[in-house]
Amino acid sequence: MKSEEEIFNILKENFNDDVKELVKQPVDRYILCDPIKINDISLFLLSNKELLFDSLMNLSGVDDANGKSKATESITTIEGGTLSVYYHLESTKFRHKVVLRVSTPREKPEAASVALVWRSADWHEREAFDLLGINFLNHPDLRRILMPYDWEAGYPLRKDYANPEFYHGMKVPY
Amino acid sequence: MSFLDTQFNDNIIIAKVDDLFNWARLSSLWQVGFGLACCAIEMMATSASHYDFDRFGVIPRPSPRQSDIIIISGTVTLKMALRVKRLYEQMPDPKYVISMGSCSNCGGPYWEHGYHVLKGVDRVIPVDVYVPGCPPRPEALLEGLMKLQEKVRNESMIKKSA
Repeated sequence: MKSEEEIFNILKENFNDDVKELVKQPVDRYILCDPIKINDISLFLLSNKELLFDSLMNLSGVDDANGKSKATESITTIEGGTLSVYYHLESTKFRHKVVLRVSTPREKPEAASVALVWRSADWHEREAFDLLGINFLNHPDLRRILMPYDWEAGYPLRKDYANPEFYHGMKVPY
Repeated sequence: MSFLDTQFNDNIIIAKVDDLFNWARLSSLWQVGFGLACCAIEMMATSASHYDFDRFGVIPRPSPRQSDIIIISGTVTLKMALRVKRLYEQMPDPKYVISMGSCSNCGGPYWEHGYHVLKGVDRVIPVDVYVPGCPPRPEALLEGLMKLQEKVRNESMIKKSA
């Protein structure tokens, strides 16, 4: 069983600048990583004999809403800032856990897919794509998973999302 | 032999066509075997032996083409609304709709922030009876069904009902 510092140091030795820092906070301290290299880092975490992170417990997208928000009369838009993806990992053999985070610019949110490392990431990434619009590169089947396939009003869990007036002739607002 | 069988042998019963048809219709309201969310669990409980929907002639049918009523039991998402509408359109006339629970009545807890929820199934199909509750108890659903039977009982083939 390894502590977060030990795991971070192992990653830092192997990936240098692609692993940025261990962010310390009271709960769920996380390791900030590069969004394009996250699949390599994941494969390393899975296959390294000392780490063996064989379980992706959760993968979730987050709108950090840290850009400039502009409010007009009816709608609020956010420019700049980041969207993030959090990865909660566990090794069922060693019983250690770690949290990874990648941040990607709001205007062009892209992160490498880890669906080929942990198969459970497949639908989680589709969900993050569906609700936040994060584009997972090299995902085997990146389609919307919850919203209708023909949904064109944007990504509902973004903080500046506005409901459309109509969908297929049905009024959407209350 | 029941009591009625022994009383009326070789008799003719005269009734209005409206009354006969309405009586037949309201006594065998077959429902589409269809549920959406937690209300559907309550609807299934109503169908089961304790509350026994079948004593009102309500039995679930596997096809909308054999059904008379559709109970919208649960949250109608925008994605599902199109399917609900198609199910309704496939049912033969006369057809009735019971909207069960707050979600299908008006959006329920999703009325403001539910980006995916249709705020009331009556935006897609016409509803005959609204049953309030979250979810309604089986007694409430039975009450709703009896209200619908009351409506069917007062229909006329000549006069178009509202």
